[in-house]
Amino acid sequence: MAREDYEIVIGLEVHAELSTKTKIFCSCPTEFGAEPNTHVCPVCMAMPGTLPVLNEKVVEYAVKAGLATNCEISRDSKNDRKNYFYPDLPKSYQISQFDKPLCEHGKVEIEEDGEKKTIGITRIHIEEDAGKLNHNEFGAGSLVDLNRAGVPLIEIVSEPDMRSSKDAENYLRKMKSILEYIEVSDCKMQEGSLRADVNVSVRKKGETKFGTRTEMKNMNSFKSIVRAIDYEAERQIDVIEDGGTITQETLRWDDVSGKTFPMRDKEDAQDYRYFPEPDLVAIRLSDEYIENIKNNLPELPESRRQRYVEEYKLSEKDSKMLTASKYLSNLFEEALKICGNAKAVCNWLLSDVSRILNEKEMEPDQIPFTAPELAKMIELIDKGTISSAIGKKVLEELFENPKDPEEIVKEKGWVQISDEGAIKEVVTKILENNPQSIADYKAGKDRALGFLVGQAMKETKGKANPQMLNKMFLEELNK
Amino acid sequence: MDITELTVHELMDKLKSKELTAKEITKAYVDRIYEKEKDVQAFVTTLTEEAISKAEQIDEKRQNGETLPEVAGIPIGIKDNICTKGVRTTCSSKMLENFISPYDATVTEKLNSQELISLGKLNMDEFAMGASTEYSYFKKTRNPWNLSTVPGGSSGGSATAVASSMVPWALGSDTGGSIRQPASFCGVVGLKPTYGLVSRYGLVAFASSLDQIGPITKDVEDSAILLNIISGHDEKDSTSANIEKKDYTKALKNDVKGLKIGIPKEYFGEGINPEVKEKLEETIKKYKELGAIVEDCSLDIADYALATYYIIACAEASSNLGRFDGIRYGYRTKNFTNLKELFKNSRSEGFGAEVKRRIILGTYVLSSGYYDAYYKKAQQVRTLVKKEFDKLFEKYNLLLTPTSPTVAFEIGTKSNNPLEMYLADICTVSINIAGLPAISIPCGVNSEGMPIGMQLIGNHFEEETILNAAYTYEQATKFREKYKPEFKGGAK
Repeated sequence: MAREDYEIVIGLEVHAELSTKTKIFCSCPTEFGAEPNTHVCPVCMAMPGTLPVLNEKVVEYAVKAGLATNCEISRDSKNDRKNYFYPDLPKSYQISQFDKPLCEHGKVEIEEDGEKKTIGITRIHIEEDAGKLNHNEFGAGSLVDLNRAGVPLIEIVSEPDMRSSKDAENYLRKMKSILEYIEVSDCKMQEGSLRADVNVSVRKKGETKFGTRTEMKNMNSFKSIVRAIDYEAERQIDVIEDGGTITQETLRWDDVSGKTFPMRDKEDAQDYRYFPEPDLVAIRLSDEYIENIKNNLPELPESRRQRYVEEYKLSEKDSKMLTASKYLSNLFEEALKICGNAKAVCNWLLSDVSRILNEKEMEPDQIPFTAPELAKMIELIDKGTISSAIGKKVLEELFENPKDPEEIVKEKGWVQISDEGAIKEVVTKILENNPQSIADYKAGKDRALGFLVGQAMKETKGKANPQMLNKMFLEELNK
Repeated sequence: MDITELTVHELMDKLKSKELTAKEITKAYVDRIYEKEKDVQAFVTTLTEEAISKAEQIDEKRQNGETLPEVAGIPIGIKDNICTKGVRTTCSSKMLENFISPYDATVTEKLNSQELISLGKLNMDEFAMGASTEYSYFKKTRNPWNLSTVPGGSSGGSATAVASSMVPWALGSDTGGSIRQPASFCGVVGLKPTYGLVSRYGLVAFASSLDQIGPITKDVEDSAILLNIISGHDEKDSTSANIEKKDYTKALKNDVKGLKIGIPKEYFGEGINPEVKEKLEETIKKYKELGAIVEDCSLDIADYALATYYIIACAEASSNLGRFDGIRYGYRTKNFTNLKELFKNSRSEGFGAEVKRRIILGTYVLSSGYYDAYYKKAQQVRTLVKKEFDKLFEKYNLLLTPTSPTVAFEIGTKSNNPLEMYLADICTVSINIAGLPAISIPCGVNSEGMPIGMQLIGNHFEEETILNAAYTYEQATKFREKYKPEFKGGAK
């Protein structure tokens, strides 16, 4: 059978580290990047006799995530222990939620080429993160860093509703954007605060039963998720086409070779021996509590998009692109507040800024410059201090070495020439050197004007004021 | 006057009247430890020198006119599963032989803030799993009434230390009877508070939903005083009850007139030693004389309590003891070439046989395919046990049973027969399952002079009723004036 006769089925388990100040069961800070084992205490190191105390903010954040993804919020939930041995898991069990998650039965909408699709959310539960093993940094063996142990996570389990790697990417982008908007996670994939386990299976089109799935754990970039899904689906189809069967197993995606490899051998099939955590009490939420969180939920991307169309008269498409990332959208709003030119800020962000992000393989939250810096650059253009051609150069500079655009312009000597005398000088020189163009113009070839302006810009290294050039050439030519 | 014969409330009076100093008291106990410890082996760690210098500091503060807590300067012994900063906490296990906790348990902090003086850490069954203290990795503690018998367990070191007057009082922990049964075997008073009354923070967990810390004392008044000190809500323990703090000494009214006591017949049937039964019947008579209303009643579910207990306790233990993996603290094997071997061999070599047995049992009952038949079923029975007790407490203020069906048994007679050892908890486990408070107080001795204990069980947070009933009986019978441990027989 042909490749097109198969359908790919994808489900995602998204893990998002919550941006609470303290850990889920103790008061250690959650901050990323500290010296190993400095954000630890007897509780998160699992010293004998210590007990967990649930951070109420974690419940609040998870409920927020549930409400923002249209979940039902459980009034009666609990924690469970998931037991397994690993050096980064100090208690030898992870406190998670098994049969009574905080949130269930939600959904989010994704869109591809104008076509909308609903992805079901099976559940969202809270749990603690494990520590980190630093392998081979100091010769043989591994060192355990427990700073991350006890950092709160939510696990968002989707229904197997995605049918392509593009669907999976759209879903994950959507989820990231929602979590950023409601401010429960900073979703920094490069720091591992947003990662996903990807379940992939294939089946023949028209088949109602799901095929056997494989799981790729801890994926933390959009690009590798897309590549991994495409590779894994292809591999599974090949296996089936060759008459083989798919084994349900956990795989490791290797970004360098672009292949998946089995992670554990089958002998190690884990039995996590879940049971209710006896050190914690049931999580009981009142209707008022949930209602209160609902009423205080920040603006979500959908409504922000609508607002952009109505308030700033941006196109549907532009509004959607801007609001897809909260960082981009916030940058837009802040810059707009300063310079007042919605159209210009939008255009800069969606064209040149987005292009540079793409080239550099960066996410919007990695943009190094601030909203005031962007606004300042736009103001310089609006005031005629620099041309938009120079603006592009300033933007490149802002990515490399962000600082006040006015200073950049001054340092680089990029100030636009708007002095009439200076412009006149250039115009005269260009006309002298291009008699053919004058003749062409007089013969009715309007393109000659463009050529002359271009020459003048080249002569002034893009610094001449293009409007003034235009005007003056016309005056001279029409004399 | 033999200082070590005094109760804590008597010592407090003498401190107050300046008849005695903290140093004199502490010194007397230190001397007593030097004299008796070699026979009874109750301590894992003694802090004799530290205790005396602490006592000197307290005396100095008192002399300087500082206002100190009333119990300041009274010594105490602490079961070795309660974390004490700077002093090792071994749980009587090779696994934690050299483990020094970086923090104090909440109860330890409370003892410190009262300026009580720790004389050391007391022996126990490894990780509190056992009923004879024979499963300690370090030593077998002996019963001071007869050195060839066990002190009970798992808080055998605590009960022995109090019974032999090496400490005036001690802290124990009780998961299925570990305070009450040794108190009964050693002729002292042991109270297991309501689950949630005393913080578990810093108690090395055996079975989280059952464990409680409680006092082991010479008499009921001391029990009330120590409960005053250790009880109270703790933010570090989510299962600790947020209720108003009480003064339990005020409950000791020496009056049980009109008190309704139920006698669950299941505790007096098969398996109970005739002499124990006889003594309990005398006790019941005594309560009637004192004006209590005593009636027979039934606790049908009791038959299932032991099985339920061992499933829940082992399940929780199998998970709680996972952290002893050789990675961060505790014993680590030298014999490994990979991670799996490091885990496996550290645990195989570091834990004793009984602990391993319970970890295996607990792992089994939680395993997929068995969970419903064992753990889930046990939780359902647990609910039924609670309901049956609730029903009984609609009719009665207290229930009275033997603490143990027998007196202390000979060392070595049960240690190789786990089932028989488990039966030693038969009268006590259902109380932990239901989270209820219960006390064991001595109610006489058998023909060989071995103490017999009775158990009074109260409704949740009814420690006052229990303490008053126990106190009233104690005042009427004066066990301590009649019987004393004689350190009979030699160690085998």
